[in-house]
Amino acid sequence: MTGMITMAYLLAAIMFILSLSGLSSQETAKRGNYYGIAGMTIAIVATIASSMVHAYGLIALAMGIGAVIGLFLAKRVEMTSMPELVAMLHSFVGLAAVLIGWGGYLEASALMGTELVIHNIEIYLGIFIGAVTLSGSLVAFAKLKGLVSGSPLTLPGRHWMNGAAILISVILLVMFVKAGHGGSTATMLMIMTLISLALGVHLVAAIGGADMPVVVSMLNSYSGWAAAATGFMLGNDLLIVTGALVGSSGAILSLIMCRGMNRSFISVIMGGFGTDSGAVADSDDGPQGDPLFLSHQEVAEELEDADSIIIVPGYGMAVAHAQQAVSELTETLRKKGKTVRFGIHPVAGRLPGHMNVLLAEANVPYDIVLEMDELNDDFPTTDMALVIGANDTVNPDAVEKPSSPIAGMPVLEVWKAKRCVVMKRSMASGYAGVANPLFFKENSRMLFGDAKDSVQEILKNLPK
Amino acid sequence: MKIAIPKESNVLEHRVAATPASVEKLIKLGFTVSVETGAGKSSNFTDDAYQAVGADIVSDKKSIFGATDILLKVLAPNPEEIALIAPKTTLISFLWPAQNPALLTELSEKSINALAMDSVPRISRAQKMDALSSQANIGGYRAVIEAAHHFGRFLNGQITAAGKIPPAKILVIGAGVAGLSAVGTAKSMGAIVRAFDTRPVVQEQVESMGGEFLTVEIEEDGSGTGGYAKEMSQEFIDAEMALFREQAKEVDIVITTALIPGKPAPRLWLKDMVELMKEGSVIVDLAGEQGGNCELTVANEVVTAHGVTIIGYTNLPSRLPTQASTLYAQNLVHLLTDMTPEKDGNMVINMDDEVIRGATVTNEGAISWPPPAPVLSAAPPAPKKAVAPPVKVEKKKTSGTQIAIYWLIAGLALLGLGNVAPQEFVAHFTVFVLAIFIGWQVIWNVSHSLHTPLMSVTNAISGIIVVGALLQISSGDTLGGSTLVSALAFISVLVASINIAGGFFVTHRMLKMFRR
Repeated sequence: MTGMITMAYLLAAIMFILSLSGLSSQETAKRGNYYGIAGMTIAIVATIASSMVHAYGLIALAMGIGAVIGLFLAKRVEMTSMPELVAMLHSFVGLAAVLIGWGGYLEASALMGTELVIHNIEIYLGIFIGAVTLSGSLVAFAKLKGLVSGSPLTLPGRHWMNGAAILISVILLVMFVKAGHGGSTATMLMIMTLISLALGVHLVAAIGGADMPVVVSMLNSYSGWAAAATGFMLGNDLLIVTGALVGSSGAILSLIMCRGMNRSFISVIMGGFGTDSGAVADSDDGPQGDPLFLSHQEVAEELEDADSIIIVPGYGMAVAHAQQAVSELTETLRKKGKTVRFGIHPVAGRLPGHMNVLLAEANVPYDIVLEMDELNDDFPTTDMALVIGANDTVNPDAVEKPSSPIAGMPVLEVWKAKRCVVMKRSMASGYAGVANPLFFKENSRMLFGDAKDSVQEILKNLPK
Repeated sequence: MKIAIPKESNVLEHRVAATPASVEKLIKLGFTVSVETGAGKSSNFTDDAYQAVGADIVSDKKSIFGATDILLKVLAPNPEEIALIAPKTTLISFLWPAQNPALLTELSEKSINALAMDSVPRISRAQKMDALSSQANIGGYRAVIEAAHHFGRFLNGQITAAGKIPPAKILVIGAGVAGLSAVGTAKSMGAIVRAFDTRPVVQEQVESMGGEFLTVEIEEDGSGTGGYAKEMSQEFIDAEMALFREQAKEVDIVITTALIPGKPAPRLWLKDMVELMKEGSVIVDLAGEQGGNCELTVANEVVTAHGVTIIGYTNLPSRLPTQASTLYAQNLVHLLTDMTPEKDGNMVINMDDEVIRGATVTNEGAISWPPPAPVLSAAPPAPKKAVAPPVKVEKKKTSGTQIAIYWLIAGLALLGLGNVAPQEFVAHFTVFVLAIFIGWQVIWNVSHSLHTPLMSVTNAISGIIVVGALLQISSGDTLGGSTLVSALAFISVLVASINIAGGFFVTHRMLKMFRR
């Protein structure tokens, strides 16, 4: 029986690997998801079938309620609120890890010597990572949802506070392991849980709104490590494998996001970007002059005249829920025989790949939605670049001004197009707090207003 | 205000200053429009079409010229026409103020406000009203068509049953708007196209149109202000001539478009080069009006010298009248839109507007030409560029020894761990590390556009933590177990199930949306 269960776990692990590798292309992605479901089913059935499990009623009740809530949430969520949902789901994994850790602690253990030490370390780590994930995700959720301000919370000496929290946790770990099992260990574990919860809150609170893609993928990674730690505690290889897969997935996503901003992972995690460095940028001689404006009708006329168009969406498009209107515009232009493509910056939006999902939701064919690297060289031969709600990701200073705080960050070179129209709500600088000389380039024109209204207005002015 | 569109009186001129489409836009701006009978006839626009969009058709020349506020024309009015124009009328047309000082005096004496479409400054903002460019584009196209018409062979190469046909070789001199247009047209007709220009910046543009850019060995930048070329040094001209002599033996068609503003066209294609060309070759000289780039060009005529046909038409855009009128009319609409800020049919000549100032050659009885030099050029001056070198992304390279040291430390740590850890842990640890490596390899292959689905699916998969909770949930009714553990596990199963169901379902929803 144990052998069979182990084999079932192996099968499930393989299914999970296939599930992730299925996501390498749109064609195989759906199959990948089915592999994931199959793997999960096998794992759960095998676990329930094992001799250790017999509280079937409780299981059915818990899973039933959970599944109903999950399906309800998943069905109702709007694609613009995907970041929130993902953050919330991370917090659940964190919560489960904390609870299972405590459960593992409370359950009688027959282990001795080194095995007991390692077991206790595993419990401790599982709870620690789980708690950071739990509270961090909740704060991320609140920030994304707009329940708390998106600006970074920069307490004085915040790095010291984090360092102290980690140091105390390590000391407690040593004490906890030495004390074996019993006595004051429950108190130690409780204190550590509270400290790690506070640490999670503080870590994420210090990170600003636009760094959320990094935070969310980092929490994704944590939730994986939490699962892996739980796996160690229970001696369950499936949990270890799956946790490691998810953990490395999140880590890679964070890495990709950081590269997209040309910043080190550490600097993002430390938080506070856009507050202290922004001031330095302003003292510099910023871009001068007045931006030039176009009316909706003129933009429509220029679109009518252009043959090749690249649309660069940013978070502003998501905020204004403009994806449907943008999709309509795209379709109208494509029907006129124009080449319309989308250029997506790796960190556009609040979640890795967020723009792609929004555009897919609005029925934009995915083969015209391209990565920055895929079309950045095409701007000089493009008639018109339409920037919708993006700012820092199209800032020429990143390439042209070495003193700029965002220097070296890869950006979409929209200003190289023959004409660049920037749709924006106001002249305000972007998240990085850096002024954008793009608005003052000779071939740039501004169009102020809500992205959705503007795009619809342009559509109206386009001859059918 | 009232706008009048007369019929062009020059016999070679087939264009008209307004099309039915442009009249419609002018009326939307608040103007009333009168069109002379038959004004659009040679551009294939009927009087009915003008009338249909709301223009008055007027047959009386006098009232067209005399009873209007704004007069839109293509060519400058001739003396009889000027006599008909009422004072205070605003005239917008091609005027060539540098070549026609007498015309300016006459207009200013009659108190006619005149805007020269050829004097619109060539800055980015004014591109939409740059009639020189819009017409030059047509001229370049027509030049190739004229050349093809007089050329005795195909332009494209073919391999037929009757034998192989080599493609024609075309040399375009001067890669301005007309030149580039000629390059593109000739290329699309299948010819081998070469282009020469003294401004090295246009190399990219020529290549983007499919032409080959010829260069001489000497480095000298011929870029002047306003997108035009300037005159070159003697040394450069000698090298250029040598290049042309070489090319003359090879090419079948030469299209010359070289102009320097306010000066006679440079003589680039000399008599001996014509002699070097093959019998049946064709030269199209777009600079015929300014004296011609080719020594043997006769303005407005097609001549044959040494077996080479030399076309000196000066009205090439007008030979494509419908297209030329459409674009010119559109340029005028753009200009008038800028001059009618309130869109209420009241045009104002705002001398503070750089574009309007540049185009206005006579205003309120005085000559206002030449205007002060334009501030902005389409191409930034070279030294400015050098100030901001592109930011180099420096990448630290990890040296071999460093890598070796890292591995040494990692290896020692692993060995140390293996020394103290129990067998079971080592087995789990092995699985853990290998799984990380698998994950690392697999995830890098995930398409960027699927990162959000990746997050939600990993969310669902990390719900696997349910397995841990499932193993604990039965604790309550096991000997030595605790109800508290069961309760905690119950909550864990519940939240993990939310993850599993929600994660997979939302992934499914998202993936369904991706379509080609």
